[in-house]
Amino acid sequence: MTAPLTSLDRPNSYIGRSVPRPNAKRLLAGRGRYVSDLRLPRMLYAAFLRSPHAHAKIVAIKTGDACAREGVHLVATGADLAKICTPWTGTLDHFKGMTSAPQWPLPVDRVVWAGQAVVAVVAESRAIAEDALELIEVDYEDLPVVVDLGVAREAGGALVNSGSVDNTCFRSQLDNGTVDDAFAHAAHVVEEEFTFGRHTAVTLEPRAIVADYDPSAGTLTVHHGTQTPYQFQDLYSRHYNIPEARVRVIATDIGGSFGMKLHVYHEDMAVVGLSILLGRPVKYVADRMESFVSDIHARDHRVRARMALDGKGEILAMDVEDLTAIGAFSTYPRTSVVEGNQVIRLMGAPYRFKNYRATLEVIFQNKVQTSQYRAVGHPIACAVTERLVDMAAAKLGLDPFAIRAQNVIPDDAYPQTSPTGYRFEALSHQACLKRLHEIMDYDGLRAEQAGLRKRGIHRGIGIATFVEITNPSPAFYGVGGARISSQDGAILSLTPSGEVRCLISVTEQGQGTEAIISQIVADQLGLAQEHVKVITGDTEVTPHGGATWACRGAGIGGETALQATRALKRNILEIAALILQERPSALDIVDGQVVDAATQNERMPISEIARIAYFRSDTLPPGTQAQLTVSHHFAPQGYPFAFTNGIQGCSLEVDVETGLIKLLKHFIVEDCGRVINPMLVDEQLRGGIVQGLGAALFEECRYSDTGQLVNGSLADYLVPMPMEMPDIVIAHVETPTADTELGAKGVGEAGTAAASACVLNAVNDALAPLGATINSIPITPMKVLTALKRF
Amino acid sequence: MDLEETAVKARAFSYFRAATLDQALDAHARAGDDARFIAGGQSLVPALSLRLQAPRLLIDITHIDELRGVRREGGHLRIGALTRHCEMLSEPLIAEFAPLLHAAAPFVAHPAIRNRGTFGGSVALADPASEFPAMTLALDAEIEIAGPSGRRRVKADNFFIDLFETALQPGELITAIYVPLFRADQRFAFDELARRRGDYALVGCGMLATFAGERIHDIRISYLSVGNTPTRVRGAEATLIGQRLDAERIAAAQGALEGDLAPPESDEVPPAMRLHLARVLLGRLLGRLGEAA
Repeated sequence: MTAPLTSLDRPNSYIGRSVPRPNAKRLLAGRGRYVSDLRLPRMLYAAFLRSPHAHAKIVAIKTGDACAREGVHLVATGADLAKICTPWTGTLDHFKGMTSAPQWPLPVDRVVWAGQAVVAVVAESRAIAEDALELIEVDYEDLPVVVDLGVAREAGGALVNSGSVDNTCFRSQLDNGTVDDAFAHAAHVVEEEFTFGRHTAVTLEPRAIVADYDPSAGTLTVHHGTQTPYQFQDLYSRHYNIPEARVRVIATDIGGSFGMKLHVYHEDMAVVGLSILLGRPVKYVADRMESFVSDIHARDHRVRARMALDGKGEILAMDVEDLTAIGAFSTYPRTSVVEGNQVIRLMGAPYRFKNYRATLEVIFQNKVQTSQYRAVGHPIACAVTERLVDMAAAKLGLDPFAIRAQNVIPDDAYPQTSPTGYRFEALSHQACLKRLHEIMDYDGLRAEQAGLRKRGIHRGIGIATFVEITNPSPAFYGVGGARISSQDGAILSLTPSGEVRCLISVTEQGQGTEAIISQIVADQLGLAQEHVKVITGDTEVTPHGGATWACRGAGIGGETALQATRALKRNILEIAALILQERPSALDIVDGQVVDAATQNERMPISEIARIAYFRSDTLPPGTQAQLTVSHHFAPQGYPFAFTNGIQGCSLEVDVETGLIKLLKHFIVEDCGRVINPMLVDEQLRGGIVQGLGAALFEECRYSDTGQLVNGSLADYLVPMPMEMPDIVIAHVETPTADTELGAKGVGEAGTAAASACVLNAVNDALAPLGATINSIPITPMKVLTALKRF
Repeated sequence: MDLEETAVKARAFSYFRAATLDQALDAHARAGDDARFIAGGQSLVPALSLRLQAPRLLIDITHIDELRGVRREGGHLRIGALTRHCEMLSEPLIAEFAPLLHAAAPFVAHPAIRNRGTFGGSVALADPASEFPAMTLALDAEIEIAGPSGRRRVKADNFFIDLFETALQPGELITAIYVPLFRADQRFAFDELARRRGDYALVGCGMLATFAGERIHDIRISYLSVGNTPTRVRGAEATLIGQRLDAERIAAAQGALEGDLAPPESDEVPPAMRLHLARVLLGRLLGRLGEAA
């Protein structure tokens, strides 16, 4: 499906054009303003003593020697900070029955994972603070450690929270249609158990925060490397009892986030308290080892799933059980159950069957928390569904493309509801499948594969369809009681020189938010893009909004900018009409000039309107008050989410003697609705795919029996690197959402959603002639060689 | 940048830049055992930052001319301890007379590390996962050591003792490594299996064989990432000496590895898997050695 032409499709439109990011040059020139680089006058540095135990009682903390060290200003324990900070609990009301223990900046009586911050030292340098840490003695009393997910569920076993009945955080169930009946009458049933390892974000810039409490004014300013400054303004205000208007959170440039930097971290909350206690700016930057043991992890699922089909290959039903372990607490304020919730709700999403049952069990254990990270839940749902579809195709003797073409919801059948209850406005699976088949040269790849197999070379081809959740409404967090906004706000001003300044609540994490906002404003006002300045990420300056996460920046932030710009344009044309003695509707703005709408003849530059309005208001008719600043908010309405869809394909080679996998080429056809900047969309897809490929082959947080992270360094935790990454071929189908004028949906997570599923299918395709199967991600050499019984 | 910056994580230490070998040795002696020599710093600096090591004194040896340079000395190539990993790729004498080192060099970490890391430093650290220490075994190299009690040369076979433990005594440093010149009747091969380019290998192997016609007159095969030290596989070598390189001989050599290697327990690469990979790699390298005729 291709979008109908509208005013957004003018030949000279900025919408749909690959214009460069205005901030890219600044960042490349080393002029980024990262919190890591920030130095304020009188600033002190925090460091944290961390627990060596995964679960232990804190018996005593001796800080005397550390306090006495020259250059040390403060040594603070959990008890010290608990006096000024109220605890938080990572639950939401719409997840009925979920529990989580209260959390403080630093633990008051018990440590619950190895690496948890226990004592803070604030000193004149980080080095002095680290020296002082070595002088602190903590007496611990070991408690039973809960590490393995299976063991955590055993009745009568060790408990993460003594006093609780078991280690369950949350259970959920879905049951639609007649699942038992469908399986009883199915011609074919395929079934598999899957495991998905824990992994983590590994941002280039680690978490960084500078908290600056000014006791003389009672104001708190926090420079915070985060995606969500407004959320943190609210939280710092509430937990430290400072009026909201006196809390300012500034999130300027940020070296990667991927969902990892929108959660409350104990160290960050502590740093705010340390600054309040000292009345001085306090800085903390996590080092890489600290990031591995304190940044949220993600995934860690065990899924048992089966799929029923009729004799012709029509999918009849799915039955799914997802177990996931989330660490010792549910994160705050978004919880740690959203991933599992999305896993069970995204299963089977591309297909039109109606019988679906799922159970979700979320379990506590003594590890660092898991929570939302790029493509929350999607890779698990996609891998499970798509592997079962491939297993079914093999059983029925169908080609992977054929079985999908047979079962996807037809492009002309929308609106539709997914087997799990999600409502889809319009998706394009059929168009995407067809396009992928072409760009992969699928028949050619299959012929090549067959030829190489005869020579003992084992190539695999895999495809995976997916559906992505974007543009979330309050149904996501707001209904659960979280003070997380799903709306955005913008303030647009025409400057005295006729340029535009746009303050907007969506934030920039390097993906090009500011670029697309400036494109939309320039396009809608009729101005050159270089005359639009976009400002983001400062709660004192930009209006309150949701900011950037869950693929909402373009769809919701972009629509906010569009509507705000149209309001400003109306106001400008009103003044122009007065000056030119025309009706406003007879005028338009093109390239900074007010023109006759009909003839496009130039009448006057908007800089002249600005000059008159700001400096010669006396020449305007009496009673005229020019409004050249507008503020506008936009909250998504209509569908609760704007779903997107697409399909990925890959070709790879398995060395069956070593278990090593070489990725040869990756393909994606993606439908994110209206594409605002094709270059940025493509790079979002590439980056997302690379993160998915990392999950597929490399990334896993591995723990010992005692709950120690054993590979918490970049030498041992393998992130995807350029040498191992394939070329990625991209194509688009555009199905704009009708819920907004702009029609844009999100795209940031689409690549990650299906890349690992694609690889899983391709590896199984390669191993199929050898009678080996893989059902676990990441696909390590050990798993491949074990499946092949090579040692 | 000054010490107030947040990035400084190492404990405070003193720094001395030695202009001569005697100055370096003298400084070490005066500091007792609480000193470390530093050259490229590619292993030492991370260890300092992690506070795994916290010496009072760092002695910078990178300005000592005597430790530099690559030159022929009789039947050997003298490779100065300060020769950087990247020079293993660029130095013509190494390509000609120690081609096994030239072949192994691209597998050593990444370009930024190769630009600073030194050959002597790598051998002195004796990381069992490093390429160069293992290759000194295959090359039958001699390691020249200077210390408080004078100079000596130690055969690579006698240099590696246990995990990060070598024949180096406190206060001693490596000045050069002597490698017998590569000859026309010799062949070499190197490769490793790693999940990502530049990573510590799952298994790596290098070999140098002297041929008498089509038969192997002598062969030295050395592994990395298979145990506590770089490891020569004498059992496998013995199955090949005096033999032609055919499929049967290669299989015999692969079979002998079980007696040569005792890989450690590891959650990602169990001993049986590492032994399997060592066999696969041996088969591939011996195959290449056969083709190189």
